[in-house]
Amino acid sequence: MKSTNIADPEYFHKVVDCQWACPAHTLVPEYIRLIAQRRYADAFMINWHSNVFPGILGRTCDRPCEPACRRGRIEEKPVAICRLKRVAADMKGDISDRLPVPPFAANGKRIALVGGGPASLTVARDLIPLGYRCTLFERDPRAGGLMRSNIPTFRLPVAVLDEEVDRVLDLGVEVYFGHSIDSLKALLNEEFDAVFIGTGAPRGKDLAIPGREEAAANIHIGIDFLSSVAFGHTERIGRRVVVIGGGNTAMDCCRTALRLGGEAVTVTVRSPRADMKASDWEIEDAMREGIPVLDNHAPKKFLVEDGKLTAVVFEKMTAEYDKSGRRTLKPAGEPPVVIECDDVLMAIGQDNAFPWIERDIGLDFDDNGMPVVDAQTYSSTRPGVFFGGDAAWGPKNIIWAVEHGHQAAISIDLFCRSEDLHGRPSPRTNLLSQKMGIHEWSYDNDISTVRRIPVPHVATNVALKNLTTEVELGYDEKLAFDEAMRCLNCDVQTVFAPQLCIECDACTDICPVDCINFIKNAPETELRNNLRVPARNLHQDIYVIEGLKTGRIMAKDEDVCLHCGLCAERCPTGAWDMQKYTYIDGQAEKLLETANGA
Amino acid sequence: MTHIVKPAFHHPALPVNACGLTHRDYEGVVSTLCAGCGHDSVSAAIIEACFELDIEAHRVAKISGIGCSSKTTNYFLDRSHGFNSVHGRMPSVATGANLANNDLVYIGVSGDGDTASIGLGQFCHVIRRRLNMVYLVENNGTYGLTKGQSSATNDKSAKNRKGVENRYEAIDLAALAIELGAGFVARSFSGDKAQLVPLMKAAIRYRGFALIDVISPCVTFNNHAASTKSYDYVREHNAALDTVDFVPPEVAITVAYDAGSTTEVTLHDGSALRLHKLADDYDPTDRAAVLPKLQRHKAAGEVATGLLYLEADETDLHGLIGTCAAPLNSLADQDLCPGNAALGQINASHS
Repeated sequence: MKSTNIADPEYFHKVVDCQWACPAHTLVPEYIRLIAQRRYADAFMINWHSNVFPGILGRTCDRPCEPACRRGRIEEKPVAICRLKRVAADMKGDISDRLPVPPFAANGKRIALVGGGPASLTVARDLIPLGYRCTLFERDPRAGGLMRSNIPTFRLPVAVLDEEVDRVLDLGVEVYFGHSIDSLKALLNEEFDAVFIGTGAPRGKDLAIPGREEAAANIHIGIDFLSSVAFGHTERIGRRVVVIGGGNTAMDCCRTALRLGGEAVTVTVRSPRADMKASDWEIEDAMREGIPVLDNHAPKKFLVEDGKLTAVVFEKMTAEYDKSGRRTLKPAGEPPVVIECDDVLMAIGQDNAFPWIERDIGLDFDDNGMPVVDAQTYSSTRPGVFFGGDAAWGPKNIIWAVEHGHQAAISIDLFCRSEDLHGRPSPRTNLLSQKMGIHEWSYDNDISTVRRIPVPHVATNVALKNLTTEVELGYDEKLAFDEAMRCLNCDVQTVFAPQLCIECDACTDICPVDCINFIKNAPETELRNNLRVPARNLHQDIYVIEGLKTGRIMAKDEDVCLHCGLCAERCPTGAWDMQKYTYIDGQAEKLLETANGA
Repeated sequence: MTHIVKPAFHHPALPVNACGLTHRDYEGVVSTLCAGCGHDSVSAAIIEACFELDIEAHRVAKISGIGCSSKTTNYFLDRSHGFNSVHGRMPSVATGANLANNDLVYIGVSGDGDTASIGLGQFCHVIRRRLNMVYLVENNGTYGLTKGQSSATNDKSAKNRKGVENRYEAIDLAALAIELGAGFVARSFSGDKAQLVPLMKAAIRYRGFALIDVISPCVTFNNHAASTKSYDYVREHNAALDTVDFVPPEVAITVAYDAGSTTEVTLHDGSALRLHKLADDYDPTDRAAVLPKLQRHKAAGEVATGLLYLEADETDLHGLIGTCAAPLNSLADQDLCPGNAALGQINASHS
C-alpha cells in the first residue's frame, strides 16, 4: 500500500466515526468533552452551528452517529451521543449574547421558503445573517413542521420546540402562518430571487382492504391523527386501539393513544420484529408502557357491525430470505387472528404530494411523481427552485432535513451571486498537537470502563396520566459526566512521523488493542490479513506510512483504536503524537467570509 | 513513565490460546522504564512466548536481581510467582526454588551489570550446575540506573554518551556460557521479535540451562551514534546465523521439513527445534567450532545472533544429583522419614 494521505480532509474525518456518520457532521467528541467540563453553553453552540436544533434532536434524533460509534465495537454499547446533546441544550443557560443579532445588512435578495419544517428553518438560519430576506409560508398555525405535528409532546415538550424554532424565526424571518401555497407558478411570479421547497411528505399511506370504507369513521391515518392531537383537535380515542405499522410513527401513535383513553392498545406489524423500521429504543419505550407489539400480522379486513368498526382480521405471515438476503413475506397457513377494537391507527408510511406544483413550469418530475433534484446542489430542473427535507427524496428524518437545508442554502447563495452551484465550500480543518508536557495531554486519555448509562424516566403510571409529561428526565450533571467520559475522543488522532521512528516496538507493545504494526509492505488485502490482529472491518482504513529505515512500513488499523495516546506516551522520539482534528463542514456563511476576505 | 493504567479493553478479535486466555492476560503492570526501552520489548516477547506455549501463569516463577532489567518482572505475567531478589544473586534464589520444586518454568531476568559484574560468580556457577531455567540477560552495555557508566559487556572502544571511550575488554556472556557448559545459548535483539519469540519458546521448553543474551538498547544512555548497543548499530551489524522454529510435540511428528539447510533437534517432551541455517559454515551443535566463529564475528564488529549453541543431550541439575522425579516440596513426612524399622536396620549395620 502507498502511504496514507492525511492531508486529505476526509481521511481523519472518517476516523471520527460519529461525525462522519452525522449528516450535518456535528463535532461530536468536541461537544462531549465540553459537557464533561460543564461548558454546556459552548457544547450547545457547537451543536447549534451544525444541527440548528440541539434540544429537539437531543430528544428525537434518529442518531446515525450511535451505530457508528467506535465504543460499540469495543464493548456492548455506543456512547449516548444523542442524550448528551440534550444535556447541552438543557443546561446551557442564557446564550442570547452568542447568537447573531438582527438586523443584518441587507443584500437585496428575497427567498421564499415553502413549508415551515426543519429544512426551511435551516435555510433561513444560514441565509438571514448573510443579508437575505426570507419569507416563510406554512399551512399550519405554527412553524416546526413534523417536529410539531408528528412528534408527541411527551417526547418533545412544546417549550423546547418553541424555543428552538423561535431562535430561528427571531433572526427576522417573515412568516405567513395558516398560508397554503396552492400554485408554485403564482409564487414564482412574485419577486423572489429563489424558492426553497421544504413541504415534507405530508400524505399518510392508506390500506385498501375490505371494510375500509364502512369503518372509515374509526380508522385514522397515523400522521393526521398525531397532527390533530398536536393542534388540540383530538382529545380522546376509543378504549381498544389497534395500530397498524412498525415504524417510529406507529410507536408515537400507540403511546399517544394510551394517553388519550386507550386502555388496550396493540401494535401490529406485517414483518418480523427484527425487520421493523422503528428505532430499537422507540420500540423499547412503547413496550415499557405495556404495549404489545405483534409481528408477522398482516391486516386482511376490517369487521363492521351496524356501521361501526368492531375488529381487524389478520393473517399470520412468515418471512423467507433468499441468498441475497431479499425478504418475501408468505402466509404462515395459520388460522386468522381477530383483534377486537374501537379505533384503528394506520401508520404504514408516508408519501410526497405536490398537487400545487404545475407540471408546465420547467420543473421535471420522475415516474414516481417525485421532483428531479440534483443530489449535490439540491436544485430542481428549474433554476432558482430548490428542494430539501422529506420533499426532496421522501421521508428521512430531522437531521437529514437540517443537512439538506445547509446544502440548499449554499446553493441559493451561489445562485443569487450567479456562481457555479458545484463550487461547494471546502470544510475548514485543523490538526493540532494535544501535548502539554511529558505524558500530559489536553484531553483525558484515561479510558473509562463505565457501561452505557440508561437515561432516567418518570414512573410509567405518572407518564401515562397526560400527554405533556416528558417521559425521559434526561441525565443529571453527574450521570452526564460519567456518560461523557465514555467517549473515546476519536477526533484526537494518532499522527505518525516516520523520520523520527527508531523502530523500537514500544508503541506496538503498549497498544491495548494491538492496532500498530511494523511490517513488510503488501497489497491491501494481503496486508490486512498479515496484521497482528487481521483487519476484517473493511469500512475502517489502514493508516500506512512508508519510509522506515528497515524498509518496513507502519500499518495501523484504525478500527478499534482507543485514542488513549499510549503509543505517543511510550514513544521515545515523539514519532507518534496525539493531534486534535477539527473538521467543520462548509456552510453558506463560509462563502461570505471568503467573499469578504478576497 | 505513563500515568494512566493501560485500558482493560482489548481487540475483540484477539486470538485465544488453549488455556482460554488472550496475550493480554499475560501482561503485568504498565512499565515505569523510559519510553522506548528495549527491556519492554523483551517483556512483550516473554508475554508472547508464554501465550503461544499455552503456559498457565501459575506454573511460572520469575526471578530477578537488581537493575532496570530486574524491575521488568513486574511488567509481565502478573499472575505468576515472582522474587525480585538481591543484586547479582538471582541464580542462588532460582537454584533454591528449583531444587524445592522442579515442576515450574523458571524465568530469570537479569542485566549486564547484575550478571557480568556483581553477579558474575553466581552466573558461572549456575551454568556449571545446569539449572533448568531460562536466563535472560537484558544487555545494554550501560548502567542506566546510575546514569550511563559503561558496563562490563560494553565493547572496548565504544563511547558513552559524553564521548568517553571504554578502555576495557568486554565480557561476552554467550561465549562464557558455552565455555562453562550451558546446553542452550542464544543471542538476540529486543527489536527483532520474529527472532526473539521463537528462541524464548525453545529456551522455555529446553530442559537444562538456557541463556539468551538479548541486546536491549538503553534509549536514554546508550543509543547514540558511537554506541555499539544502539538500535541502529545492532540492526546494521546483525549477523543472524540461523533461525529457530519451535515445533510443539503434536505437530513435530507430522510435518515434514527440508533437510538440506535445516537441522532438527528433538527435545525430551517430543517437541522439536528446527534450525534453519543462514550461514553456510555453521553448525550450532558443534561446540568446538562455535567459539572461534563468535570470535570472528566480534572481530568484524558484527553481532552474531540466533541459536549459537545447542547441546542435544538435555541434562539439568536434578539429573546430575539424582533427585527423585517428584518435586521435593511435594514429599510428605512418610516419604521423608523411613520410620523406626529402617532406623533400627541402619543402627544395626553399624554395630
